[in-house]
Amino acid sequence: MNTDIKRSYPNAVGYTRNDYLGLPTTLCKGCGHNSISNMIISACFELEIQPEKIVKFSGIGCSSKSTAYFLNKSFGFNGLHGRMPSLAEGALFADLSLKGIGISGDGDTANIGLSQFKHLARRNMPLVYIVENNGVYGLTKGQFSATAEKGLKLKRQGENPYLPVDIALEAIAANASFVARSFAGDPKQVKELIKAAISHEGTAVLDIISPCVTFNNQDYSMHSYSWGKGHEAPLHEVEFVLPREEITVEDFEKGTLREVTMHDGSVIVFKKLEREYDPTNRTEAIRMLEQAIRRNWLITGLIYVDPHAPTIFEQYSLPKEPLNRLAPEKLRPDRISLDRINESFQ
Amino acid sequence: MGINDFGISFSTVNGSGSATANNTILRAIHKMGIPVAARNIFPSNIQGMPTWYYLRVNRQGFLGRLEHDDIQIAMNPDTVHSDLKRLKPEGLLLIDEQIEGKDIPKNIEKYCMPVDRILKECNAPLKLTIYLANMVYVGVLASLIGIRIENISDALNYHFNHQKNAVEPNFRVVQAAFQWSEENISKTENLKLEPIQANNQKIMIDGNTAAALGALYGGLQYSAWYPITPATSLAESLNEFIPQLRIDPETGTTTCVVVQAEDEMAAIGMVVGAGWAGLRAMTSTSGPGLCLMAETLGLAYFAEVPIVVWDIQRVGPSTGLPTHTSQGDLSFSYFISHGDKDFVILLPGDVSECFEFGWRALDIAEELQTPVIVLSDLELGMNIWVTKNLQYPDEGIKRGKILWEKDLEKKVSIGKKKWGRYLDLDHDGIPYRTVAGNLHEGAAYFTRGTGHDEFAHYSEDDQDWEKTILRLKKKFEKAKKLIPPPEVCVQDSNAFGFLTYGSTYMPVLESICILKEKGIDLDCLRIKALPFTDVVKEYLENHQRVFVVEANRDGQMKDILTINFPNYADRFVSIARCNGLSLSAEWIISQFEKFIKLEIGE
Repeated sequence: MNTDIKRSYPNAVGYTRNDYLGLPTTLCKGCGHNSISNMIISACFELEIQPEKIVKFSGIGCSSKSTAYFLNKSFGFNGLHGRMPSLAEGALFADLSLKGIGISGDGDTANIGLSQFKHLARRNMPLVYIVENNGVYGLTKGQFSATAEKGLKLKRQGENPYLPVDIALEAIAANASFVARSFAGDPKQVKELIKAAISHEGTAVLDIISPCVTFNNQDYSMHSYSWGKGHEAPLHEVEFVLPREEITVEDFEKGTLREVTMHDGSVIVFKKLEREYDPTNRTEAIRMLEQAIRRNWLITGLIYVDPHAPTIFEQYSLPKEPLNRLAPEKLRPDRISLDRINESFQ
Repeated sequence: MGINDFGISFSTVNGSGSATANNTILRAIHKMGIPVAARNIFPSNIQGMPTWYYLRVNRQGFLGRLEHDDIQIAMNPDTVHSDLKRLKPEGLLLIDEQIEGKDIPKNIEKYCMPVDRILKECNAPLKLTIYLANMVYVGVLASLIGIRIENISDALNYHFNHQKNAVEPNFRVVQAAFQWSEENISKTENLKLEPIQANNQKIMIDGNTAAALGALYGGLQYSAWYPITPATSLAESLNEFIPQLRIDPETGTTTCVVVQAEDEMAAIGMVVGAGWAGLRAMTSTSGPGLCLMAETLGLAYFAEVPIVVWDIQRVGPSTGLPTHTSQGDLSFSYFISHGDKDFVILLPGDVSECFEFGWRALDIAEELQTPVIVLSDLELGMNIWVTKNLQYPDEGIKRGKILWEKDLEKKVSIGKKKWGRYLDLDHDGIPYRTVAGNLHEGAAYFTRGTGHDEFAHYSEDDQDWEKTILRLKKKFEKAKKLIPPPEVCVQDSNAFGFLTYGSTYMPVLESICILKEKGIDLDCLRIKALPFTDVVKEYLENHQRVFVVEANRDGQMKDILTINFPNYADRFVSIARCNGLSLSAEWIISQFEKFIKLEIGE
């Protein structure tokens, strides 16, 4: 289908793609983050989500600024460095019909925010957690982040002496129920993975390699466009299919398709490439990530998913009516109950 | 010393179950209608270190700490000798005969309790011996000072929730010890209890439980917390009472969520997220945790998110004395977070106020759209106090200026100006807010800790910034109308007056009474909240000397008063100390008299 034509028409909930736009970006020209913002816009439009039903969260850094550049009709909270997850863990209890999208960076997640990131995943807090990963601090002008590879050279920093943190591996270790990796230079895959992540019930971590054209785009750097293009090793081709759509993936041979049905009935279709890969096998996922580190691959695609993992919301018996719309009468116990309390302390 | 007026100390080993024995005595005396207060002095340790319990009965109702004991009950060999320094010369020592040391001074009146023998007589099960041993002193004390045995039985039944198999072995030991004491100890005339009727409409509760209950009656919807002494029991009390108070009986659903966070930074982050999205939100912590919350409090202030933070103060700096009380976090709370900001601080003075401020703090936070810090302390929070029945809130829940779809429609159509998140439509510094989930097409806005204009757009413009922070200052003015006003406790137009707050109020009231008996009249003002109101200013105007009494080293309230009222700086006299103990009237008076001697001469 010609997407340009599709874009100018409203989707099933009556919004055109323009209704999902944000403010004009102020990030550098060519920044990978802008491409990701565009794919968030497309994914939400195509998933036919009412923009008012989405809540955006971010921390501090170039990536975190980008929440202003998409979904202007959505509430957004740009909080503190490394502490985006906690904001979402409070706010999203207010109305369970809302969908949270959190944007973070490699410094925001793997340095200052590692704890909140991993605890969010451990609780399986429903949130699309996108890391726009470029291995470098941009807003403070070019320092190493924890995802920068050992040996990387930066103008004012010299050579990075430490081994990098692998965000996908950390997510799986923390029991995240959806872990994907992609490359901003592969927008179609980014979009499909975002769609799948949004339809996931729990924490969906997307580690997207997003080159910094200003401070870290050297050809040998694993966070550059040229390295990414040369080393990308997709696990599969991914396509996301809404519950009511028919699966029409063209050009496939029998036995090369694999499907995972999500909680809401939507389906993620994986088209086999060079290797057999089962994204529902956690052990296999960890092995694959280890192998990628050793072989210098940028593996992309859905690395792990458990569509039925219980979320934090299931730990509480929450009312159908959003908590933040409950009338005051429902929040204050009656007088008789306090008489009973007083009696019990006599 | 006299009828219904004396102090008893109990020295035991922690982890030995002495809390059961001590609380039984406290409750039994309470049930006799006599005013009674108790303090648990315990180590930051689980088992094997010394712990003390100080019980005070006072017919006038003074509850402050005593410096000396009339009766000592010694169950811990390690502390017998050092404890004796606290015993009054005419005091009485009850000691476990097995730990009786050789060098206890001869002049001390002493009785050795045959703890083991009594336990054997009662056929106490071996595995319970360590716990039941403490029941021996319950029985001996009951006989000695006249605690009614039926009140002990009531208290044990309360403690063990009327479980016979738990109550009976304990009560058997109490009775045997009582009998032994009747036969072996001659009672003194002075150390005696006589039932009165001072405890009608009163309950026994600790400050943290009261605070949690207050918050639940205040419509709390979300609390995130991280374990820390002495605040932990506040959050645990929420969990304890939610099933009883905040579950819809028809649907079984809950209206209050409690999350144990990974640390205090996450705890307050969650609470800010919840408060921002329109939930009544609160966290509870102590000094070290409050330090970690400092940056987020600045965000909440600037992004105008209503939240409540309870700080149950312990001794700092650093890890300090984790299980000892202080009022050392006042200055930090007042100035917390970088840049220009103001924080509303509530200062509960007793346990019933912990309940009241539990609900009131949530109202104030939402009405002002700003963080409210409540400074309780270990003294109030972790000790069980006799207090008047918890009072049902006399005002409805106040949600402040929240706009839902219909409200926003109305606002936009009647107002000439468009709604903006930070637009001061009412000229009181408090804008209207929408919250996530509001589906009106104009409702959404972008919240940030960075500079913004009235419509929540990013701005580094100098005028936008200054306009915002000057408007925020207006809220602090408005706060003066919403916070609990100071209490003028005594106002007889005396030249001298006390000024105090929080748990230190107890010994100050007692000091005034004792000084009055000596012919010295002083007034007293109790601050219940910051910012200061005109009542405080008038009080300073009307007194030549204001003795500011508080439990911290530097006199932090005195410092904040000096900043706010520089014209009266020379009127303040700081009576302050921090040693991990609450202040006593005896010490306060000694400091007062020292000052008078120096300043005026004898």
